[in-house]
Amino acid sequence: MPSGGARPIIQIDNVSKHFGDFQALKDVSLDVTLGERVVVCGPSGSGKSTLIRCINGLEQHQSGSIRVDGVTLDHSAGSLKSIKVKVGMVFQQFNLFPHLTVLENLVLGPTRARGMAKADARDLATRYLERVRIPEQANKYPANLSGGQQQRVAIARALCMEPSIMLFDEPTSALDPEMINEVLEVMTELATSGMTMICVTHETGFARRVADKMVFMDQGEIVEAADPDKFFTAPDSQRCRDFLDKILHH
Amino acid sequence: MNKFLVAAFASLLLAGCSGNWGWYVVNPMTDSGFLNLKFLLSGLYYTILLSVTAISFSIVFGLVIALPGLARNRYLRGINRFYVELVRAVPILVLILWVYYGMPQLAGLSIGVFWAGVIALALSDSAFEAEIFRAGIQSVDRGQYEAAHTISLNYADTMRFVILPQAIRRVLPALGNQLVYMLKMSSLVSVIGMQELTRKANELVVTEYRPLEVYTILVLEYLVLILIVSAGVRWLERRMQPDQRT
Ligand SMILES: Nc1ncnc2c1ncn2[C@@H]1O[C@H](COP(=O)(O)OP(=O)(O)OP(=O)(O)O)[C@@H](O)[C@H]1O
Ligand SMILES: [Mg+2]
Repeated sequence: MPSGGARPIIQIDNVSKHFGDFQALKDVSLDVTLGERVVVCGPSGSGKSTLIRCINGLEQHQSGSIRVDGVTLDHSAGSLKSIKVKVGMVFQQFNLFPHLTVLENLVLGPTRARGMAKADARDLATRYLERVRIPEQANKYPANLSGGQQQRVAIARALCMEPSIMLFDEPTSALDPEMINEVLEVMTELATSGMTMICVTHETGFARRVADKMVFMDQGEIVEAADPDKFFTAPDSQRCRDFLDKILHH
Repeated sequence: MNKFLVAAFASLLLAGCSGNWGWYVVNPMTDSGFLNLKFLLSGLYYTILLSVTAISFSIVFGLVIALPGLARNRYLRGINRFYVELVRAVPILVLILWVYYGMPQLAGLSIGVFWAGVIALALSDSAFEAEIFRAGIQSVDRGQYEAAHTISLNYADTMRFVILPQAIRRVLPALGNQLVYMLKMSSLVSVIGMQELTRKANELVVTEYRPLEVYTILVLEYLVLILIVSAGVRWLERRMQPDQRT
């Protein structure tokens, strides 16, 4: 649990983001402290993906400020570069490189972006493959793995960059039900290890288990931000209550 | 289809054994026929060397031209469009003449027949290669760029290790077509005196005056060469298959 004096590692201040005329984020503010686990939920189109994609520069916000570990993201090449290496990301669609083996997928970042020697990178990759419990798949191509295995490879690929923050954008939404747990287990373990995480997910069981803070978004705004106990039992806003009704009793 | 063509030519040759065809000009059993045949076949060397050199340049050049075509900046895209439209509009033969006879006056230096041919063929092919690469690169999913971004790859590494390997796999059949096209178009370089297949045939026709037989051999030379290349490209495609699909 982050205490009062914990160091903020992500500071999002009054951030707005437009796609053309459409405003996807409206004055969003959110602080995340070192080691904190934040779970973001909300209806489709509410801006959850946009928010976390702004944090690692996949989208450019137009106003407000985002600071990651002391660096302000101003979309200069320098700030983007120093923020990218600190932030890992896992996508709903895995986005593994289909022409590379699992091991090659993992080794690419460390060798090219972190300047590691091939052998060291391979050791590192093997370690993380063990951590996501698929060391035996190292030499297969992504197409030959199950969805759950692919997503665990994607997590390992992100971890190989040894980021201080991990972003998850609905990591289990594209998975068959029987594979969701194997991915959530890996994520839970990562949370236990002290990683700072922001997860967009509607897996309430996971959220209750690991979240330090729950965030509910609707129509580009953060409507509710609370600790999980309060969030799931007595949320302040009606919109949030309606949404929870839907996802808890579907 | 290919088998059918081969059969058709075989029967044409057989038919030619009777009547007033003069196959003696290229009959390998006679000394002069053997020399003539050897003379014709010796053109293979430059046809292949010229085509392969030219396509190597045009692939690299086409790639360089394709990249600004993918940029968000409209002026960069404009450069790409301008080049492609301009080069595509010039007939290859005209380009060959311009490079060989015209360019030396412009630049004040003379280039050999071989390099003039390479430059002309590579230039004209590069516009097509650029379009092929642009389509191939655009067909790669946006998620691949985003994944590369999240593991901090820079633009060059993203292209080299993530996007191009996937794009090239997809455009391999089209690149194969271009190589076939290049082998055929290299025959045009005969007009400036390049000693390739077509030039050799023309020279033999002048001395032997048996155009029917000599040009039939010439057709067969291109046919066999291109069938081999096609088979090679298909083999390469198969070899690169297994890991496709996302
Ligand atoms: N590149 C884009 N261009 C235009 N509009 C976009 C773009 N990306 C997102 N949007 C719009 O912004 C809004 C927020 O999108 P976002 O993907 O952040 O929602 P989300 O909360 O992640 O939804 P979901 O649960 O469906 O993933 C949506 O209305 C979407 O249509
Ligand atoms: Mg989303």
